[in-house]
Amino acid sequence: MTIQTPNGFSLDNSGQRIVVDPVTRIEGHLRIEVNIDESNIIRNAVSTGTMWRGLEVILKGRDPRDAWAFTQRICGVCTGTHALTSVRAVEDALAIQIPENANIIRNIMQLTLQVHDHLVHFYHLHALDWVDVVSALSADPKATSELAQSISSWPKSSPGYFRDLQTRLTKFVESGQLGLFRNGYWGHAAYKLPPEANLMAVAHYLEALDFQKEIKKIHTVFGGKNPHPNWLVGGVPCPINVSETGAVGAINIERLNLVKQIIDQSRVFVEQVYLPDLMAIASFYKDWTYGGGLSSMNVMSYGDIPEYANDYSAGNLLLPRGAIINGNLNEVHEVDLRDSDEIQEFVSHSWYSYADEDIGLHPWDGVTEPNFKLGENAKGTKTRIDQIDEEAKYSWIKSPRWKGHAMEVGPLARYIIGYAQNNPEFKEPVEKVLTDLGLPVSALFSTLGRTAARGLECVWAAEKLQYFYGRLIDNIRAGDTATANTERWDPSTWPKDVKGVGFTEAPRGALGHWVHIKDTRIENYQAVVPTTWNAGPRDGQGNIGAYEASLLDTPVDNAEQPLEILRTIHSFDPCLACSTHVMSPEGEELADVKVR
Amino acid sequence: MTSPETFYDVFRQQGISRRSFNKFCSLTAASLGLSPAFASKIAHAMETKRRTPVIWLNGLECTCCSESFIRSGHPLVSDVVLSMLSLDYSHVLMAAAGHQAEAALEETRRDHAGEYILAVEGNPPLNEDGMFCIVGGRPFIEQLQEMAAGAKAVVAWGSCASNGCVQAARPNPTQATPIHKVIKDKPIIKVPGCPPIAEVMTGVLTYMLTFDRIPPLDRLGRPKMFYGQRIHDKCYRRPHFDAGQFAEAWDDENSRKGYCLYKMGCRGPTTYNACSTVRWNDGVSFPIQSGHGCIGCSEENFWDNGPFYERLANVHTPLGVESNADEIGVATVGVIGAGIVAHAAASALQRARNPDNAAKTGAGE
Repeated sequence: MTIQTPNGFSLDNSGQRIVVDPVTRIEGHLRIEVNIDESNIIRNAVSTGTMWRGLEVILKGRDPRDAWAFTQRICGVCTGTHALTSVRAVEDALAIQIPENANIIRNIMQLTLQVHDHLVHFYHLHALDWVDVVSALSADPKATSELAQSISSWPKSSPGYFRDLQTRLTKFVESGQLGLFRNGYWGHAAYKLPPEANLMAVAHYLEALDFQKEIKKIHTVFGGKNPHPNWLVGGVPCPINVSETGAVGAINIERLNLVKQIIDQSRVFVEQVYLPDLMAIASFYKDWTYGGGLSSMNVMSYGDIPEYANDYSAGNLLLPRGAIINGNLNEVHEVDLRDSDEIQEFVSHSWYSYADEDIGLHPWDGVTEPNFKLGENAKGTKTRIDQIDEEAKYSWIKSPRWKGHAMEVGPLARYIIGYAQNNPEFKEPVEKVLTDLGLPVSALFSTLGRTAARGLECVWAAEKLQYFYGRLIDNIRAGDTATANTERWDPSTWPKDVKGVGFTEAPRGALGHWVHIKDTRIENYQAVVPTTWNAGPRDGQGNIGAYEASLLDTPVDNAEQPLEILRTIHSFDPCLACSTHVMSPEGEELADVKVR
Repeated sequence: MTSPETFYDVFRQQGISRRSFNKFCSLTAASLGLSPAFASKIAHAMETKRRTPVIWLNGLECTCCSESFIRSGHPLVSDVVLSMLSLDYSHVLMAAAGHQAEAALEETRRDHAGEYILAVEGNPPLNEDGMFCIVGGRPFIEQLQEMAAGAKAVVAWGSCASNGCVQAARPNPTQATPIHKVIKDKPIIKVPGCPPIAEVMTGVLTYMLTFDRIPPLDRLGRPKMFYGQRIHDKCYRRPHFDAGQFAEAWDDENSRKGYCLYKMGCRGPTTYNACSTVRWNDGVSFPIQSGHGCIGCSEENFWDNGPFYERLANVHTPLGVESNADEIGVATVGVIGAGIVAHAAASALQRARNPDNAAKTGAGE
């Protein structure tokens, strides 16, 4: 039976059901179910978040200055972005102003995350949806070299280099121990790259694996470690001392040189390897135009990277802010995270209970009571689910809505909004990519558009790293070495009852934390994260979320090997630990159990 | 289908010379803190062994352990996964998904029973019949116990698998449970930390592959080689602690001079880990070097021993004399009374709020 969703999609669950669980090459636990019709076209899609950790319950009653460390552990892949969002929320609540250097160093940390996360996503979480590793075995190394040299000046491109790699790969495959590449969909008809492009991509998969660890050393310099560097309410924990005794224990010229070198290397890698590979791979998949989903209709971004400290208004944010609805690029709406009528979360199809499930709740008023219950049409048992019933509750993720609309967030959303705002930093690279590939603007609204926007943003972020590094040096040269404001460090200086909100653009999209501080302790804490927006289930009105929308109408070549499903879901860069967290305002204990 | 292949074969096939191979073995020995004599032993082991299958499972966690693992600088993680072991299942990196991924588990369980290493990131929640963490439609704990049954040994990656970590902090709403409470009949090597240091992770695995045994463990199940000493014992700021020189506020003169962070809440004195020796990300830095105290992320219950910026009540000195920084301060530079009173009050408050805190201070000793 075909039904129309209020947000304009047709769903038909009568055909063959395909289940992908676990979805791998993601963070956390995700299940996808689809129905395909007799022509193997996806007509129904169901996204189920399959984990819940209850972190915000745990935050209740704690010192708000510690919240960054707890919330950072929401996710170790986008490590840092939750911590930054958290210190911003607490600073907002307590009206703390941070020094200019702290803002610059935080931006460097956040941009480092963007560069690293996008690079690792492209090569290690997403590339195998487009690249056939086994096909690389039959490539001609000389032709591979010619291909590589025709698209980039990256020096590792000789025939010998590719021959050695191919030999290594051949022996690896012949050993019979395929490790990570075991049971992949090799030889699948949906792989379109010639063997030489596959070999080049595998070479860069390995080079990127070795290089990515360098990028994050910037976090280690300023935050002491990565994953999970250290942050500070009121600034950053690392002091600057470039000239005096004790400089070896602070940010000094040697540390700054290391940061600069990594920024320079990152720019080269991103511009000479990532971007050319992206363009080369995309050129073979131009006909694969699926996966657009909500992106041509509703997208949202909170904005991020404040150019100057303590100003979070749209004009000071280098990443765009706003919302587009119903595909009208001529109007970019304001987004207000404090307005209780704008951002709301619904639980009609989530494994939680509200007193009244017809209404949505703003994060400051959020309630979370787990209520794990399968629908009556689910197949299997409680602890062995064969098929989800999407008419009932079916996910550990809530359904967030902006003014009632399901929204897509992420790099593509940011680029569409930047494009709509005629911001040349975003519009020009998009136009260049479309021109180079000979594609219309509508091609942007697709799986490949999502993947391309992420690559463009990686290049953008690497450039901005250089900009903020220069700003840091300028400040130090001018004698400004302040990194922390401790005027309100002592809780006795705090107001009795305050609320705050902090936001960032995480690699995967718009991220907000809402905190309520009462008597110097956390009274309530709520995070609404990018994967909640993208992976959330249907709402009570029947509006489907971004993952579900993106899968519809896609042909699946082989139901046993649903490569196309992975391709589109991966284009969002799922992060499930992020998406499932939530707490009740009373913070009641959900189970009186202690492990001990 | 298979021809025997060893580390050394793989190295040679990659065009790596015998000389480079020997150098690699020496570096591995050095990075494990072993004498140069062990290099030849490593070389011999690598020449004769097939790659050991490793199954890496993820429960409730944040994936920081996988992210840390791929940061390994020596050995490079690309060499680890292509040449040193056979990573037959990894939620984060594997090509296969869905039932093809589940099949990889079955195949390893069937074909390599008793031979594979099970590496666990995260932990199983026990509430709601385990359905706070679902894999393949089933509770994660079922997958965990099935795969543990056939494993040669189990590695508990990070604080989630070892101690419960953040989701097990009070009130632990999902009843997230460290793996040693649900796997009783296998040797478990705990590698705590949130996350553990990359080179510690690859070091523990290469130790097991190279010497074909599990490393000596302390009474909490942690490899002595990396968790045998406190961060404080080898901290380069230790002389400032002993001299009573402390940072008193963020970004103050003393912070800029690199003085001891004890008064800023540093948990180095009660934390057993290799951060101050191995350091992080190929030796670039560690939290204290970058100006923030240790939060004790490799210790049990560290989330409930906060607030992080409240100083520890007591510190054990190497001589076994219990004292605190204010007393040391009095003895050496004469910190005046107000500070001591404030400190005593703060400590009393902390103890009152958290009655079992005193017992935990110094945990791991």
